[in-house]
Amino acid sequence: MIGAYLDFVRLRFLTMLAYRVNYYSGIVIYAINIGAYYFIWNAVYGGSETLGGMTAAQMSSYVAVSWMARAFYFNNLDREIANEIRDGSVAIQMIRPYQYLAVKMMQGFGEGCFRLLMFSVPGMIVAALLFPVDFPDDPARWLWFAVMLLLSFFINSEINLLTGLFAFFVENNEGMIRMKRVAVDLFSGLVIPLSFFPGWAETALKLLPFQAITYLPGSVFTGTLQGGAIAQAAAVQLFWMVALLAPLALVWRSARRRLFVQGG
Amino acid sequence: MFHASLFSEYLKNYMKTRLTYRSDFWIEVISDLAYNFMNLFFILVIYMHTDLIDGWTREEVIFIYGYFMVPYGIFGAFFNLWNFGERYIVKGEMDRVLTRPAHSLLQVALENVDPSSLFGALAGLGVMAYAWSGMDAQLAWYDPLVFALLVLGSVAIYFGIFTAITSISFFSDSPTGIIPLMFNIQGYGRYPVGIYNRIIRIVLTWVLPFAFVGFYPAAYFLDRETYLAMSLLTPVVGAAFAAIGIALWNLGIKRYRGAGS
Repeated sequence: MIGAYLDFVRLRFLTMLAYRVNYYSGIVIYAINIGAYYFIWNAVYGGSETLGGMTAAQMSSYVAVSWMARAFYFNNLDREIANEIRDGSVAIQMIRPYQYLAVKMMQGFGEGCFRLLMFSVPGMIVAALLFPVDFPDDPARWLWFAVMLLLSFFINSEINLLTGLFAFFVENNEGMIRMKRVAVDLFSGLVIPLSFFPGWAETALKLLPFQAITYLPGSVFTGTLQGGAIAQAAAVQLFWMVALLAPLALVWRSARRRLFVQGG
Repeated sequence: MFHASLFSEYLKNYMKTRLTYRSDFWIEVISDLAYNFMNLFFILVIYMHTDLIDGWTREEVIFIYGYFMVPYGIFGAFFNLWNFGERYIVKGEMDRVLTRPAHSLLQVALENVDPSSLFGALAGLGVMAYAWSGMDAQLAWYDPLVFALLVLGSVAIYFGIFTAITSISFFSDSPTGIIPLMFNIQGYGRYPVGIYNRIIRIVLTWVLPFAFVGFYPAAYFLDRETYLAMSLLTPVVGAAFAAIGIALWNLGIKRYRGAGS
């Protein structure tokens, strides 16, 4: 059974590989975005040593690693699910002997593996050539970062699955998908690290799952988090990965009852 | 007159289809505004940590962003050809367009009008007004006219660059990925060019002149002494790039051979 799920990872990886040319321009686009934020943050720092608990050098590393982490965890599972619900093919998938959501997650993971190898890693090298990026020199930190990156993929994908499943309940969840994308970019700390938000907003955002997607792994990479705080951050991620399973199960259960396929 | 009536007919068509899917219309408007809201929020947050960015105050940078939204919104309403190569070249719809009496570029643009992005332009005016009320600056009687001229120039720059890129579809039917690239580069125009390094400044001014869709024309209202010449260049650069775009388009039309039946 596990083997079947792993095959979904492999298949998606190979499918993506066939369209790899599309991703070369993606690296350039992400480099352009990193540049935009790099220059503006540079101007914000001006003469100041540290702002929001980060040095200017940490900030440029944070921007680079956050965008390239996004290149890995980003996927369109929400839109895929919404489309399958709308065209009714989800019904066929539901009578197959596997867990639909688990399959989607595995397909997303296959895409993530592809993105990591063809997009994030080469993109990070490009970013390091163009902008000042400090890589951690402690192997343990790399290890923590790798684990946290994986967790951020699962948390982001769970949120995507949830957004996609809403297509069962509303006719058109395209607006929701777009809003979710903006919310994740803003609240996860991709655009603004959490420590830069006004106090009340920072407190509120720390109670939400979004920070676990970008801010926590990014802070470990740049070294703003040290020692025990690293394990604590990973624990927060683990918590959200598990906690998000509950609403997923709930929505999935009531969604299955609602499903009504026309035609086909 | 003929073109104006065409325009109003297509607009009516658009309204009819949109009234069938009313929620889609508002979804588009709101998700557009949400993206702009995020960028404005970003500006507000960074100014909580500094007073000046490259010598510009918070209100000034917000004003620049507001200006940036205006030509962008207008352009988006009249130029919505993101899947041109796919729809018109690969599927051969261009054949039909060429039999129409209007100029092919105008015909294609009219078939795709998308007035929903005008809300972005309106919001941009609001943002400019908000920023202006926080500044201690005077308006001369001719400034609204200058503003209209500058916006026209900025729209022409967008139009020229994106028409030129769209024309590539006539020469190669494989997707090039240049359009999303341009989309990300144009975002550089909404901040003072002084924050970038020399190479990027030169590119943004003379090669892909996106500094003229945001910063330079907005600076006319903020720091007239320093930026008078650059801001008034906006319509000139706009005319030049629009001419390049149209020339490339016409060249492409001449090469067009149709795609089977």
